[in-house]
Amino acid sequence: MENFFSRYRNASILVLVLFAQVLGLAVQVKRPTESGGTSLIRFWVVSAITPFEKALVNTSQGVRNIWRNYLYLRGVRHENRDLKAQIERLRIEQVRLSEDAAQARRLQLLLGFKEQFISQTLAAQVVGSSGSDQSHVIYIDKGANDGIKPDMAVITPAGIVGKVLRVFRASSQVLLINDPSSGVGAILESSRLQGILQGTAAGETMLRYVMSDEKVAPGERVLSSGGDRIFPKGFPVGTVQQINPGSDLFLNIRVKPAADLSRLEEVLVVTRMVENAPQTSEPSKPLRAADILAERLPRVPQKPPAVPAKGTAAAPAPATKPPAETASTNPSQGATAASTTGTPPTGPAVVQSLTTGAAATAKPAVKTSGPAAIRSAGATPDSAATKPAAKPLEATPASGTAGATTGTTGEPAVAEPAASKPAVNGNAGKPRQNGSAAKPAKPAVPPPQPPPGEEVPR
Amino acid sequence: MIDMPIVRTSREEIEVYRFGPIVSVLIPTMALVIQAFVPVRFRFFAIFDLPLLVTIFFAVARRSQVAGLLTGAAVGLVQDALTHQAIGLYGIAKTVVGYGASSLGVKIDVENPGTRLLVTAGFYLVHQAAYFLVARNILGATVGWLWARTLLAALLNGVAAIVLFAVLDRFKHSA
Repeated sequence: MENFFSRYRNASILVLVLFAQVLGLAVQVKRPTESGGTSLIRFWVVSAITPFEKALVNTSQGVRNIWRNYLYLRGVRHENRDLKAQIERLRIEQVRLSEDAAQARRLQLLLGFKEQFISQTLAAQVVGSSGSDQSHVIYIDKGANDGIKPDMAVITPAGIVGKVLRVFRASSQVLLINDPSSGVGAILESSRLQGILQGTAAGETMLRYVMSDEKVAPGERVLSSGGDRIFPKGFPVGTVQQINPGSDLFLNIRVKPAADLSRLEEVLVVTRMVENAPQTSEPSKPLRAADILAERLPRVPQKPPAVPAKGTAAAPAPATKPPAETASTNPSQGATAASTTGTPPTGPAVVQSLTTGAAATAKPAVKTSGPAAIRSAGATPDSAATKPAAKPLEATPASGTAGATTGTTGEPAVAEPAASKPAVNGNAGKPRQNGSAAKPAKPAVPPPQPPPGEEVPR
Repeated sequence: MIDMPIVRTSREEIEVYRFGPIVSVLIPTMALVIQAFVPVRFRFFAIFDLPLLVTIFFAVARRSQVAGLLTGAAVGLVQDALTHQAIGLYGIAKTVVGYGASSLGVKIDVENPGTRLLVTAGFYLVHQAAYFLVARNILGATVGWLWARTLLAALLNGVAAIVLFAVLDRFKHSA
């Protein structure tokens, strides 16, 4: 026996090492939840490798920042001009979309739907990857110390990226959506067909389980369905790139991810998602006829204060310039107005921190042309001075509530559509028939607003 | 009795190299860090397998089967720890490659760039085959075998080995 081992020493060691590893694999297969030795190995390796990666990332970023911010500034002015124009275009587009969103929320409320929205995110930097084509994972520089937990969604403003798989002290492992072991509940935007987005060995993403008799068009957007309880509903996942009939009953739909998974530098980890009933500006109680009549009564405009509150949307600006202009030229003003017009902080599956500003600029353009906007804007503490001017005899307890800032104004049901509709339909300049609150402001009404399809003159 | 003279002749003809402890640890570590870091910025870099190249280099240069397989096992297990898969997949594949490369290093001269290309490309295929078999048969994982990609990767790794081995040659000393 001793002779055998001494003669085949190398081969014996090979068999022994292989056997030990196979045994280790078998144990891991048997116990899917990681514990003991394997997690310890991972912990050590990641703890040893990540600092080097962080140092490399920081160094490369520092060099790049110096180059971009101080040396290579060619075309910055042109880019700045283009971006400003783009912001203006997007603001106008946001105005249109916000009305649709508000209507959708009202319908959701009627149907008892619950909406999910991202309430808190944590920005993280991508510091490493598995370095393997067989494992599509990345490492981020935030870990348990920063409040990261397994199964948290990882996104970019462009779309979803993956989910947190393992959390270490100062870093986390994120499984990308193009890994074969990944699965994301997805829905096609226009056809509303649902499927599961899975990765392939080649690093592509495929939408599975869509029946082969369904019609899917290339270019159609794919959104997260929220069914996996990880990713927020309605967030961009990708675009349909290619459709092939599968061997079974289902289509093979190749999806191009919305987020560029091959060039990830910064990502957002969704650390908190809130699910609640959609909030609308509809009243919670039935409307009374007396309220409507009270709305139509003439009112005595109150004197405006000597010094208007700074930074409010309903400052006397609407009296001198077009409301849309007021809203769009000063985002901070818009922010105040939007937050008081009963707009929920976010629509479904929209990063709150990103959309707050967008909604803020959008809403005032719609609302400030009507009395409801003035009323609601007056709900903010800053603009309290303008509230009486717009609606001094406001008697309904629902109007101009303090809760408006949280997106729950209790304005009358009739008042809300009346306030928003004319502006959306392009009748912003027309005097309102049913809102006496608008009457005092009538002489100061700006020239008629263009229809929503046109750009607001600036 | 018959084998002895042949083995002795082979060992006498082919030079055995050794490496300092710092180099033995630092180079594989650097390979792992670069392999993990660069694909974040340049995704195509993931087609290269620097830890595998380093394993082959050390195994061939040392010409010791035990050292080769242990180096392969250690590098592979560390690489496994960076993935989300079970630990042992790369470990087994690189153990086999480390053993095979050192066995081959005993028999043939692998100093020539052409030989290095062929040896590395061949061992890349062996590595992928071992990984594929273990993943499919032990873990039951859905791993695809893409011939075109695998052959291209083998060729590219072979070319990379020529450059890398020429750099790493500076660190080896005759035993």
